[in-house]
Amino acid sequence: MCSLGVFPAPVTAAQTLLERNNELLSALHPGEHPQTHEPLSACVSVPRFLAVGSACVLALLRWASSFHGSLFPHLTLSSDEMVAEFSQMLDWSDSALRSFAWHPHTDKFAVALLDDSIRIYKSNSSATPTLKHRCQRSVCALQWKPLCGSALAVACQSCLLIWHVDPTSLSTRPSSGCAQVLSHPGHSPITSIAWSPTGSLLVSASPVDTAMMVWDVAAESAVPLQRVGGGGVTYLSWSPDGSRLLAATPSALFRVWETRMWTCERWPCLKGSCQVRKLRKLSITVFELMYAFIYFFKLTFFSQTSWDPRGERLAVLLKGDSQAVNHPSVIAVFKTRSSPVFELLPCGFVMGEAGAEPRFMQFHPHFQHGALLTVCWSDGRISHVPFYFSSAGLLGGDSPQQALASNTADHSSNKLYTEQIS
Amino acid sequence: MKCACARPDSHLIYFQVVIWRAVASIAWSVLLLPVTAAVFVLLSRFSLFHPIQWISDCTSLLAASSTVFSLVVLCGVVLITGFFNLEFYTLVPAIPCSRMALLGTVLHPRQCVHSLVYCTMGMLVMWCASVTIGGRYSTLGTPCRQSESGEVVTCLNEYHLFILLAGAFMGYSHSFLGVVQNMYYVSFQPIQQYKYPRFKGCLPMVVKCSVIQALYSARNFAAFYFFFGNSIQPLDSLTGLLDFSLLYHLSISGTFLYLTWYLTVLLFRICVTEAYSFPVQSTFTEDAEQSLPKVLAEKNTLVMKFLALQDLALLSHHSLSRRLEVFSLSQPGGHAHNWNAISRECLSLLSELTQRLVAHQDAVASNGRVKSQSASSDTRSASSSSSGKTPRLSVPLRTPGSVFKSSVGGANNALTAPFTPDVNSPFSSPAIRRLVGQQDRQSPCFGTEQSPHIMRRGPKLWSASTGLSHLVAASFSEDQFGVVQTTLPNVLSCLVVLLEAVDRHFKLPHASSKPVRTICSMGDSTYKTLRFALRAALKTAIYKITTTFGEHLNAVNISTEHRKRLQQFLEFKD
Repeated sequence: MCSLGVFPAPVTAAQTLLERNNELLSALHPGEHPQTHEPLSACVSVPRFLAVGSACVLALLRWASSFHGSLFPHLTLSSDEMVAEFSQMLDWSDSALRSFAWHPHTDKFAVALLDDSIRIYKSNSSATPTLKHRCQRSVCALQWKPLCGSALAVACQSCLLIWHVDPTSLSTRPSSGCAQVLSHPGHSPITSIAWSPTGSLLVSASPVDTAMMVWDVAAESAVPLQRVGGGGVTYLSWSPDGSRLLAATPSALFRVWETRMWTCERWPCLKGSCQVRKLRKLSITVFELMYAFIYFFKLTFFSQTSWDPRGERLAVLLKGDSQAVNHPSVIAVFKTRSSPVFELLPCGFVMGEAGAEPRFMQFHPHFQHGALLTVCWSDGRISHVPFYFSSAGLLGGDSPQQALASNTADHSSNKLYTEQIS
Repeated sequence: MKCACARPDSHLIYFQVVIWRAVASIAWSVLLLPVTAAVFVLLSRFSLFHPIQWISDCTSLLAASSTVFSLVVLCGVVLITGFFNLEFYTLVPAIPCSRMALLGTVLHPRQCVHSLVYCTMGMLVMWCASVTIGGRYSTLGTPCRQSESGEVVTCLNEYHLFILLAGAFMGYSHSFLGVVQNMYYVSFQPIQQYKYPRFKGCLPMVVKCSVIQALYSARNFAAFYFFFGNSIQPLDSLTGLLDFSLLYHLSISGTFLYLTWYLTVLLFRICVTEAYSFPVQSTFTEDAEQSLPKVLAEKNTLVMKFLALQDLALLSHHSLSRRLEVFSLSQPGGHAHNWNAISRECLSLLSELTQRLVAHQDAVASNGRVKSQSASSDTRSASSSSSGKTPRLSVPLRTPGSVFKSSVGGANNALTAPFTPDVNSPFSSPAIRRLVGQQDRQSPCFGTEQSPHIMRRGPKLWSASTGLSHLVAASFSEDQFGVVQTTLPNVLSCLVVLLEAVDRHFKLPHASSKPVRTICSMGDSTYKTLRFALRAALKTAIYKITTTFGEHLNAVNISTEHRKRLQQFLEFKD
């Protein structure tokens, strides 16, 4: 068991710069920032009775179209509120930055802004293409396509956009013709998307639709996979080997799909230690380790976790209380090791400028010298915090690469959890 | 039959797999018939204000002998429909080049027989439906007036006749749409699912399509009957035709009719495209014809080839043990027979597509020859669409759209399986666009339609390329004997050459235009986007190999311009 008390105390008046020699270094006067944005404000006033009336009608329509008319409180929210509720970015409605995604293979990232545009930043290049489309509103999630240099999937309010941005082009405003619009009736707003690791399939989820859509992007066709219960699908995550897909719902249950024949099993939220013990007996992949970690530590107020690709640093974004003064959101970083035993050691807190709270974070997919954590702050800045370390595997043990490779061997024969315990 | 004489073993496996699946789908359709008939009975006797009477009417009707007889007739109809599915199904969509070609297809004797049989079946089903509805629809003749001598004269029951003729009209329109929308085109799905969940997932779409199609047909037939029907009162007037009860019963009968046919088509598609696992190497000589490499080389029965390519893609993605079998050496001798056969087949598929693309581009470049080529491709496509079994000498590989999906299998089956992107799809869209009147100022149907035709075979190709690239990528860590490395230069150059041909193809006019979105229809229109899927899958295949091998690719012996192209992939600049 671990608690946050064993962490070195965070330095409140300084910004974290990097990790070296196993400690986090901060500076009182931070240097240049790569990104600043003026938050845009939009205000439209609508008569209250009209807003309430249309929200009720919309909720009724959603209940009717939701399979078996399940009663779920999240269906009464408006589209924007729903996106804000289920988005990975904290305080999505007010944030200048709506979403962020690193490219899995090269040094470029895409960031969605408050004005519904997307900018792509590349290292070693001053050209920053801006992507705008009339259907691109309320962007909730971005993800680059794996095994591709140019495709970016954008989860918008009413549809999915797939941008094909030529990496060698110097144009700053790619035309709308570069984007494919994928939509399905009843499947909006889309709050989560996930490409399969092979790049062949894109899965999208919406909190109002109990079916998640599996898209064949080039053919622009979708296969809906519908399961009763849950009231919608809010979060999707593929395992790195592509054999499992996690689908979370707004209620206390989530599903794990196996991707060979696309069958699923329900995992109700674990309560009590008996199920935790069962989990320990399984041979678990990296993907399932995350699940175990959350329930071992019983952290209920975290909002996001991110694991670096080498498996050595784990960052947890702990949501603060916006009402309390001294309870801001913070990022806690753990050092992890998965062999010979799974170890989790505290490393420190990542702090930003005074008054800035972290909203979103993501590790760079392939930083050569350790790990690089990118944090989006509430003041519209994006900072990159490097963690310099040598990978534990290079010092003599099994390299993480080999460990991962052995884990990926023949997962089609791995039974799902329920089959193994019965 | 030609193929029977040439390859009795391949015919045997065809029977074992495809015919058996078709029979299973017909059996399921027949089993579903009582369910749909019961729903129809419930809806036809629907009475909002007398629910008890409604329920009791329905239960008594379901047990009546007339209903049982109708069910027997409907079973016969389903059997004939299933037989036609088996006879007419195609893995390569037929894309007519122009209106004249479409007219030619529609007036073809085979199609005429098909339409005639469907008209008859439509009338039979509607007769059963009208008998079930009862009331004023149940008999053809009704006593209408009495003559002076007191005899009862039988008049024609116009309502019954109306329903019967509507059945014939719906049967003919179903047959006609089957040609236009390529309803008999069978494509493979992007993801594998068990049959029951897939059926459950498709059922709402099928019901929606049948309702919409029934309403359209009812509207069209009512208009047709009003203008051309030479009938006595009361249907000869607009108010007579707009009788709500009549239209309601016509609509639900039409829905029942279309639902029966669409369910048969859906079940056939689901059963035939289910993944079949071929043994990679057979232990017994009599089973040798059923092994994966042999079936991949199959030239006669396209569906078996497609199933083999789908299996290849799946094994390359998911099955370590079968991949190891592919990479294994033969005992004794130490030859990599499995890999050589599989890679040779896939590479030939891909290079065949490359040749077709290059030939097409040459033809387009010199406009004059385009027409003659299209004619030949038309005949080829016509013959290919007629039956998946007809042996064709120059059958380009058709990669079912699903093939691309399945190609996910990492198996290096990079057999450059010709991405045969559904060239046909590009063609099909121009063809359909022509039908709706958009004129192509370029050379006629040949130019734009060529694209779909060339790409029609596409689905096979990208499943083949996907499978191949995945196998190659997997061999990086799993190939113990190095069987793949010797063929790696061939694979890479084949993929790069095909990619260049595809890129050049996309520079042609109309090739990069997206097809128009069609409304809900039972016709599978994935063939229209095959060329895009092919290009995407080809790029993913190359990326898979470059990301797996990384800098090791510099040691592979390939030509400099191919190396430059691969360098772009290594740097993610493509």
